[in-house]
Amino acid sequence: MALQPFLALAAILFGLGLYGALTKRNLIIVLISIEMMLNAANINLVAFAHFLPKPNIEGQVYALFNIAIAAAEVAVGLAILLSFFRTRDTSDVRDMNSMKW
Amino acid sequence: MIGLTWLVPVLPLVAYLVLLFTGKRMSEVAITTISVLAVLIGFVISITVVSSVAGHGPYAPVVYNWLTFGPTTITMGYQVTNLNALMLLVVTLVSTLVFLFSKSYMHGDERFSRFYQYLNLFVFSMLGLVITSNLLELYIFWELVGVCSYLLVGFWYFKPEAAVAAKKAFIVTRVGDVGLFIGVILLYLGTGSFDFTTIFAHLHHFSSMQSALGAMGRDAITHLMTVQTWVTISALLVFVGAVGKSAQFPLHVWLPDAMEGPTPVSALIHAATMVAAGVYLVARMFPLFQASAAASETVAIIGGVTAIFAASIGLTQRDIKRVIAYSTVSQLGYMMLAMGVGAYVSGMFHLMTHAFFKALLFLAAGSVIHAIDTQDLFEMGGLRKYMPITHATFLAGALALSGIPPFAGFWSKDDILTAAFDSGHYVLYAFGLIAAFFTAVYIFRVYFLTFSGTYKGSKHPHEGGIAMTLPLIVLGFLATFAGFINTPFAPLLGNFLQPNGPVGYDPPANWGLMAISAITGLLGIWVAYSLYSGGKRADAFAKRMGILYQLSFHKWYIDELYAAIIVLPVVTIADGLQFVDRYIVDGAVRLLGEVGYAGGVSLKYSADGQIQTYGLISVFGIAIVLIVALLIGGVL
Repeated sequence: MALQPFLALAAILFGLGLYGALTKRNLIIVLISIEMMLNAANINLVAFAHFLPKPNIEGQVYALFNIAIAAAEVAVGLAILLSFFRTRDTSDVRDMNSMKW
Repeated sequence: MIGLTWLVPVLPLVAYLVLLFTGKRMSEVAITTISVLAVLIGFVISITVVSSVAGHGPYAPVVYNWLTFGPTTITMGYQVTNLNALMLLVVTLVSTLVFLFSKSYMHGDERFSRFYQYLNLFVFSMLGLVITSNLLELYIFWELVGVCSYLLVGFWYFKPEAAVAAKKAFIVTRVGDVGLFIGVILLYLGTGSFDFTTIFAHLHHFSSMQSALGAMGRDAITHLMTVQTWVTISALLVFVGAVGKSAQFPLHVWLPDAMEGPTPVSALIHAATMVAAGVYLVARMFPLFQASAAASETVAIIGGVTAIFAASIGLTQRDIKRVIAYSTVSQLGYMMLAMGVGAYVSGMFHLMTHAFFKALLFLAAGSVIHAIDTQDLFEMGGLRKYMPITHATFLAGALALSGIPPFAGFWSKDDILTAAFDSGHYVLYAFGLIAAFFTAVYIFRVYFLTFSGTYKGSKHPHEGGIAMTLPLIVLGFLATFAGFINTPFAPLLGNFLQPNGPVGYDPPANWGLMAISAITGLLGIWVAYSLYSGGKRADAFAKRMGILYQLSFHKWYIDELYAAIIVLPVVTIADGLQFVDRYIVDGAVRLLGEVGYAGGVSLKYSADGQIQTYGLISVFGIAIVLIVALLIGGVL
């Protein structure tokens, strides 16, 4: 197999994630979209690690790190979501606008 | 005791420092005691100094080296001569009495201790000025007395007139000070020294400069001018300083305004001591003025003109202190006239008698003001009944000022007039004589308006305490009898001041001129009596004088003239510069700030808190950056 299909998959996944993160109103969907972008990056890491002239293991190690970080991020994100929902009774991103001038 | 002379100025300095650090917690009595003691001990030392100088003649300077550069050494120190021994005596005596008087005059003032601090600092500076042995040191003390004068004129700084008067006094005298400073530098360039003795020794030839200053200074001077011009210019510049300090004609405007200060200050600084410093300076630099006929002539003319000019203004002023202030200007004019015609002893004699009777007149005026709280002559009257001591002493001072024999002023003023006559300055003699007539008129105008008739106000006037009357009595005594130390029959002062043979010209007695002066004085008193002792006649007379009255009342419009030709242009230029600074320089800086601020304010609304908008903008931003980077890199 060649490198290109992996990159194409990663690009599509990242594009979808970006689109979702920037347009969806529901905070949960936004979080999921962010996970999609992270995973697109993971695919790139693993693919490059495998298809380089000198294949190595670092790419996969980094992908594992990323997965761990993503888990932590989701935990924090969901905690914020819960707390926000309890106080404001909504999960709409557009209502999260209190930290402006 | 001669070795203790340095203590005379140092004691008031110590008193000043003590009051500076502990004055706030002291009682008024303690403050007065310390201050009076400081100057009184100085006075006692001065007496012994005078008596040893009388036997010994001038002492050598006591100096230490302060700065050495190139071939010159600048020294600091003091020198006791006959001239400054006399000044020490006069200054400490008047200071003691004024210090005592101030106790009741300033009683209850919340800055009582501050007042005595300033007075002590002033007396220190004045005494330092008197006994210094070189010109540079003299200049330092000269500025110090100026500062003290500024502080004391503006002592009641919350009165706007006092604040303005203080500034005026400082700035106008500063004009003279600049002249003096240039003169000092010029003398230094010529002789390579600031010491009086060295300067006088080198006055007549440039060759001696070689050793003192080296070829550099001599060449600089000789290329520019001859010895005679150099002497004349230096003398004139020194005299400019004296004109400023002694309130002579073109720079006299500050002294009458300085009357906004407390009355004891007027008596001490603006009558007896500081304003006499100009005359003292001319006397101290007498050999310099003797070496230049042109400079002496200028001194004589300025003095004579000032004498008659100021006396003519004094005739019509309404404020009791202003009349006496113009009188001071006029009398200082006499002293300058004396110095100008070479009558060294007469000038110093008049300086001394004037210090006594003018301090007396001011203190008596202070006593009156203290009693009835007004300075307007036309609100007074009839005070003879209520204040007998003030009345008697004021009368003694007025008679002395008018030159009625045998009061002190007669002997000294007549000496000056005789000297002016003998030296052939007949016009200046006439000026002096007319001024003497005016003098008698204005001071007895004050006397009649204040003490005769009936009291017009609603206060209950009464004498002040012993601290007020004692100085008046002592000064009244001096104003009456001080003239006898230099009568033509027994010229004690003349002998004292000229230990090494005659200095300048000491006029012999001239009975005819004496009679004329005395009659002039009596005539003036008679005119004042007929105009002012009986009510309305003065107003009618003033109307008949028309323009002359207006000129005198408005002080010959000198203040208005200065306002138009000096103050107005300066203020206009300053306003223009302020405009440039405020609106153009500051404007540019503020514009920059405003642009940044306005930009921030208008852009803040784009930050609406929508995280998705931010994200979108970031994505587009990154995309643009990427595309540009790739284009530049030649990939696309």
